[in-house]
Amino acid sequence: MEKIIFYILALIMIVFAFASVSSRKMLRSVIYLLFVLIGIAGIYFLIDYNFLAAIQLTVYAGGIIVLIIFSVLLVHHIEMELEMAKLFKKLLTGLVCLIGLGVFLATIYSTNFIVVENFKTTTVDEIGMGLLNYEAGGFILPFEVISILLLAAMIGAIIIGKGDKLTKNDDTL
Amino acid sequence: MIAGISIYEIFTLTSILFFIGIYGFTTRKNLISILISLELILNASAINFVVINKYLYPDVLQGVFFSIFIIAVAAAETALAVAIIINLYRQISSVEVKDTEIMKY
Repeated sequence: MEKIIFYILALIMIVFAFASVSSRKMLRSVIYLLFVLIGIAGIYFLIDYNFLAAIQLTVYAGGIIVLIIFSVLLVHHIEMELEMAKLFKKLLTGLVCLIGLGVFLATIYSTNFIVVENFKTTTVDEIGMGLLNYEAGGFILPFEVISILLLAAMIGAIIIGKGDKLTKNDDTL
Repeated sequence: MIAGISIYEIFTLTSILFFIGIYGFTTRKNLISILISLELILNASAINFVVINKYLYPDVLQGVFFSIFIIAVAAAETALAVAIIINLYRQISSVEVKDTEIMKY
Protein backbone atom coordinates (compact mmCIF):
# COMPACT_ATOMS: atom_id res chain seq x y z
CA MET A 1 0.00 0.00 0.00
CA GLU A 2 2.69 2.49 1.04
CA LYS A 3 4.71 1.41 -1.95
CA ILE A 4 1.92 2.36 -4.36
CA ILE A 5 1.41 5.71 -2.62
CA PHE A 6 5.13 6.45 -2.87
CA TYR A 7 5.23 5.68 -6.59
CA ILE A 8 2.15 7.82 -7.26
CA LEU A 9 3.67 10.72 -5.28
CA ALA A 10 7.01 10.33 -7.09
CA LEU A 11 5.30 10.38 -10.48
CA ILE A 12 3.23 13.46 -9.59
CA MET A 13 6.31 15.28 -8.26
CA ILE A 14 8.51 14.58 -11.28
CA VAL A 15 5.80 15.44 -13.84
CA PHE A 16 4.83 18.68 -12.10
CA ALA A 17 8.44 19.68 -11.45
CA PHE A 18 9.14 19.37 -15.14
CA ALA A 19 5.95 21.23 -16.01
CA SER A 20 6.98 23.94 -13.56
CA VAL A 21 10.33 24.61 -15.23
CA SER A 22 9.00 24.36 -18.79
CA SER A 23 5.61 26.13 -18.64
CA ARG A 24 5.47 29.42 -20.50
CA LYS A 25 2.84 30.93 -18.26
CA MET A 26 4.22 32.37 -15.04
CA LEU A 27 1.26 31.78 -12.74
CA ARG A 28 0.80 28.17 -13.90
CA SER A 29 4.43 27.47 -13.21
CA VAL A 30 3.95 28.66 -9.60
CA ILE A 31 0.88 26.45 -9.15
CA TYR A 32 2.80 23.42 -10.49
CA LEU A 33 5.50 24.18 -7.91
CA LEU A 34 2.77 24.10 -5.25
CA PHE A 35 1.88 20.52 -6.27
CA VAL A 36 5.55 19.47 -6.02
CA LEU A 37 5.80 20.96 -2.52
CA ILE A 38 2.63 19.17 -1.40
CA GLY A 39 4.09 15.92 -2.76
CA ILE A 40 7.21 16.50 -0.67
CA ALA A 41 5.01 16.98 2.40
CA GLY A 42 3.42 13.63 1.51
CA ILE A 43 6.86 11.99 1.53
CA TYR A 44 7.51 13.46 5.00
CA PHE A 45 4.17 12.00 6.17
CA LEU A 46 5.12 8.60 4.72
CA ILE A 47 8.40 8.43 6.65
CA ASP A 48 6.63 9.44 9.89
CA TYR A 49 7.98 12.95 10.39
CA ASN A 50 4.59 14.57 10.93
CA PHE A 51 5.94 17.82 12.39
CA LEU A 52 8.20 18.38 9.39
CA ALA A 53 5.31 17.70 7.01
CA ALA A 54 3.19 20.26 8.86
CA ILE A 55 6.03 22.81 8.61
CA GLN A 56 6.40 22.06 4.91
CA LEU A 57 2.69 22.61 4.30
CA THR A 58 2.43 25.82 6.33
CA VAL A 59 5.72 27.54 5.45
CA TYR A 60 6.06 26.46 1.82
CA ALA A 61 2.53 25.87 0.56
CA GLY A 62 1.04 28.58 2.75
CA GLY A 63 3.79 31.17 2.90
CA ILE A 64 6.33 31.04 0.11
CA ILE A 65 3.86 30.16 -2.68
CA VAL A 66 1.58 33.02 -1.69
CA LEU A 67 4.58 35.39 -1.63
CA ILE A 68 5.67 34.29 -5.11
CA ILE A 69 2.11 34.58 -6.46
CA PHE A 70 1.92 38.13 -5.09
CA SER A 71 5.18 39.07 -6.77
CA VAL A 72 4.01 37.51 -10.07
CA LEU A 73 0.78 39.50 -9.93
CA LEU A 74 2.66 42.70 -9.10
CA VAL A 75 5.17 42.49 -11.96
CA HIS A 76 3.29 40.67 -14.79
CA HIS A 77 0.24 40.78 -16.95
CA ILE A 78 -1.55 37.48 -16.50
CA GLU A 79 -1.62 36.53 -20.19
CA MET A 80 2.00 37.43 -20.85
CA GLU A 81 4.05 34.52 -22.16
CA LEU A 82 7.61 34.04 -21.07
CA GLU A 83 10.61 34.27 -23.29
CA MET A 84 12.27 30.87 -23.57
CA ALA A 85 15.86 29.88 -24.27
CA LYS A 86 16.80 28.68 -27.75
CA LEU A 87 16.19 25.03 -28.60
CA PHE A 88 19.90 24.26 -28.98
CA LYS A 89 20.64 25.76 -25.60
CA LYS A 90 17.81 23.78 -24.02
CA LEU A 91 19.04 20.52 -25.53
CA LEU A 92 22.60 21.22 -24.39
CA THR A 93 21.49 22.00 -20.84
CA GLY A 94 19.28 18.91 -20.80
CA LEU A 95 22.20 16.77 -21.94
CA VAL A 96 24.51 18.20 -19.25
CA CYS A 97 21.82 17.62 -16.62
CA LEU A 98 21.34 14.02 -17.79
CA ILE A 99 25.10 13.40 -17.55
CA GLY A 100 25.11 14.87 -14.05
CA LEU A 101 22.13 12.69 -13.10
CA GLY A 102 23.96 9.65 -14.46
CA VAL A 103 27.01 10.41 -12.34
CA PHE A 104 24.81 10.88 -9.25
CA LEU A 105 22.91 7.63 -9.81
CA ALA A 106 26.08 5.65 -10.54
CA THR A 107 27.59 6.88 -7.27
CA ILE A 108 24.42 6.18 -5.30
CA TYR A 109 23.89 2.68 -6.67
CA SER A 110 27.53 1.69 -6.16
CA THR A 111 27.47 2.72 -2.48
CA ASN A 112 26.40 0.14 0.07
CA PHE A 113 24.21 1.86 2.67
CA ILE A 114 23.83 0.17 6.04
CA VAL A 115 20.10 0.57 6.54
CA VAL A 116 18.71 0.14 10.07
CA GLU A 117 15.21 -1.36 10.01
CA ASN A 118 12.92 0.74 12.20
CA PHE A 119 9.40 2.10 12.35
CA LYS A 120 9.80 4.78 15.01
CA THR A 121 7.55 7.81 15.22
CA THR A 122 9.15 11.10 16.25
CA THR A 123 7.07 13.28 18.53
CA VAL A 124 7.13 17.05 18.57
CA ASP A 125 8.55 17.28 22.09
CA GLU A 126 11.61 15.23 21.08
CA ILE A 127 12.32 17.78 18.33
CA GLY A 128 11.72 20.65 20.75
CA MET A 129 14.02 19.15 23.41
CA GLY A 130 16.74 18.64 20.79
CA LEU A 131 16.46 22.20 19.49
CA LEU A 132 16.63 23.78 22.95
CA ASN A 133 19.31 21.48 24.34
CA TYR A 134 22.54 23.30 25.25
CA GLU A 135 24.61 20.23 26.08
CA ALA A 136 26.77 18.30 23.59
CA GLY A 137 24.79 17.60 20.40
CA GLY A 138 22.21 20.26 21.19
CA PHE A 139 21.06 22.84 18.67
CA ILE A 140 20.45 25.93 20.80
CA LEU A 141 23.10 28.08 19.04
CA PRO A 142 21.89 27.51 15.43
CA PHE A 143 18.34 28.01 16.69
CA GLU A 144 19.22 31.46 18.05
CA VAL A 145 21.26 32.32 14.95
CA ILE A 146 18.27 31.42 12.73
CA SER A 147 16.02 33.69 14.77
CA ILE A 148 18.46 36.59 14.28
CA LEU A 149 18.67 35.73 10.56
CA LEU A 150 14.88 35.84 10.20
CA LEU A 151 14.75 39.22 11.97
CA ALA A 152 17.52 40.58 9.73
CA ALA A 153 15.77 39.26 6.60
CA MET A 154 12.52 40.88 7.71
CA ILE A 155 14.12 44.29 8.27
CA GLY A 156 16.10 43.98 5.04
CA ALA A 157 13.01 43.09 3.03
CA ILE A 158 11.14 46.11 4.43
CA ILE A 159 14.02 48.49 3.67
CA ILE A 160 14.64 47.14 0.14
CA GLY A 161 10.92 46.98 -0.63
CA LYS A 162 10.41 50.58 0.47
CA GLY A 163 13.34 51.63 -1.70
CA ASP A 164 13.23 55.25 -2.81
CA LYS A 165 10.79 56.60 -0.30
CA LEU A 166 12.92 56.09 2.81
CA THR A 167 15.90 58.02 1.44
CA LYS A 168 13.70 60.81 0.03
CA ASN A 169 12.08 61.35 3.41
CA ASP A 170 15.52 61.65 4.95
CA ASP A 171 16.44 64.41 2.52
CA THR A 172 13.40 66.52 3.27
CA LEU A 173 13.91 66.35 7.01
CA MET B 1 10.90 4.26 6.97
CA ILE B 2 8.54 3.43 4.13
CA ALA B 3 7.65 -0.26 3.96
CA GLY B 4 8.89 -1.83 0.73
CA ILE B 5 10.79 1.24 -0.50
CA SER B 6 14.59 1.12 -0.37
CA ILE B 7 16.79 4.15 0.19
CA TYR B 8 18.00 3.94 -3.42
CA GLU B 9 14.57 4.68 -4.87
CA ILE B 10 14.16 7.81 -2.73
CA PHE B 11 17.65 8.99 -3.70
CA THR B 12 16.75 8.48 -7.36
CA LEU B 13 13.64 10.64 -6.90
CA THR B 14 15.54 13.44 -5.16
CA SER B 15 18.36 13.39 -7.74
CA ILE B 16 15.82 13.75 -10.55
CA LEU B 17 14.14 16.68 -8.74
CA PHE B 18 17.53 18.32 -8.13
CA PHE B 19 18.54 18.14 -11.78
CA ILE B 20 15.14 19.38 -12.98
CA GLY B 21 15.80 22.37 -10.70
CA ILE B 22 19.25 22.91 -12.23
CA TYR B 23 17.78 22.63 -15.74
CA GLY B 24 15.22 25.32 -14.93
CA PHE B 25 17.86 27.48 -13.25
CA THR B 26 19.98 27.60 -16.41
CA THR B 27 17.30 27.76 -19.13
CA ARG B 28 14.87 30.27 -17.61
CA LYS B 29 15.36 33.98 -18.34
CA ASN B 30 13.11 35.44 -15.71
CA LEU B 31 14.07 36.26 -12.12
CA ILE B 32 10.89 34.75 -10.62
CA SER B 33 11.30 31.52 -12.60
CA ILE B 34 14.87 31.26 -11.32
CA LEU B 35 13.51 31.64 -7.77
CA ILE B 36 11.07 28.77 -8.42
CA SER B 37 13.88 26.50 -9.67
CA LEU B 38 15.89 27.39 -6.58
CA GLU B 39 13.03 26.19 -4.37
CA LEU B 40 13.08 22.84 -6.19
CA ILE B 41 16.83 22.43 -5.56
CA LEU B 42 16.53 23.34 -1.86
CA ASN B 43 13.61 20.96 -1.34
CA ALA B 44 15.38 18.04 -2.97
CA SER B 45 18.33 18.47 -0.60
CA ALA B 46 16.02 18.82 2.41
CA ILE B 47 14.38 15.46 1.59
CA ASN B 48 17.83 13.89 1.39
CA PHE B 49 18.73 15.07 4.91
CA VAL B 50 15.51 13.64 6.34
CA VAL B 51 15.75 10.32 4.48
CA ILE B 52 19.38 9.70 5.46
CA ASN B 53 18.45 10.43 9.06
CA LYS B 54 15.49 8.04 9.00
CA TYR B 55 17.10 5.15 7.15
CA LEU B 56 20.69 5.15 8.41
CA TYR B 57 20.66 6.85 11.85
CA PRO B 58 17.16 6.48 13.34
CA ASP B 59 18.32 7.13 16.92
CA VAL B 60 19.30 10.78 16.39
CA LEU B 61 17.37 13.73 14.96
CA GLN B 62 20.13 15.80 13.33
CA GLY B 63 18.71 15.51 9.80
CA VAL B 64 15.34 16.84 10.94
CA PHE B 65 16.98 19.90 12.54
CA PHE B 66 18.98 20.56 9.40
CA SER B 67 15.86 20.43 7.24
CA ILE B 68 14.07 22.80 9.62
CA PHE B 69 17.01 25.21 9.24
CA ILE B 70 16.95 24.78 5.44
CA ILE B 71 13.24 25.66 5.40
CA ALA B 72 13.86 28.74 7.59
CA VAL B 73 16.75 29.96 5.41
CA ALA B 74 14.68 29.34 2.25
CA ALA B 75 11.82 31.40 3.65
CA ALA B 76 14.16 34.30 4.52
CA GLU B 77 15.82 34.08 1.11
CA THR B 78 12.50 34.12 -0.75
CA ALA B 79 11.25 37.14 1.18
CA LEU B 80 14.44 39.09 0.38
CA ALA B 81 14.45 38.00 -3.27
CA VAL B 82 10.83 39.06 -3.76
CA ALA B 83 11.61 42.46 -2.19
CA ILE B 84 14.59 42.91 -4.54
CA ILE B 85 12.56 41.84 -7.61
CA ILE B 86 9.71 44.24 -6.84
CA ASN B 87 12.13 47.11 -6.22
CA LEU B 88 13.93 46.30 -9.48
CA TYR B 89 10.62 46.25 -11.37
CA ARG B 90 9.81 49.67 -10.01
CA GLN B 91 13.05 51.08 -11.43
CA ILE B 92 13.49 49.33 -14.79
CA SER B 93 9.93 47.97 -15.41
CA SER B 94 11.19 44.47 -16.17
CA VAL B 95 12.22 41.28 -14.39
CA GLU B 96 14.12 39.70 -17.25
CA VAL B 97 17.72 38.77 -16.53
CA LYS B 98 19.04 40.51 -19.64
CA ASP B 99 17.61 43.86 -18.55
CA THR B 100 19.14 43.62 -15.11
CA GLU B 101 22.34 45.51 -15.74
CA ILE B 102 22.50 47.76 -12.72
CA MET B 103 21.31 46.76 -9.30
CA LYS B 104 22.99 49.69 -7.58
CA TYR B 105 21.36 53.06 -8.05
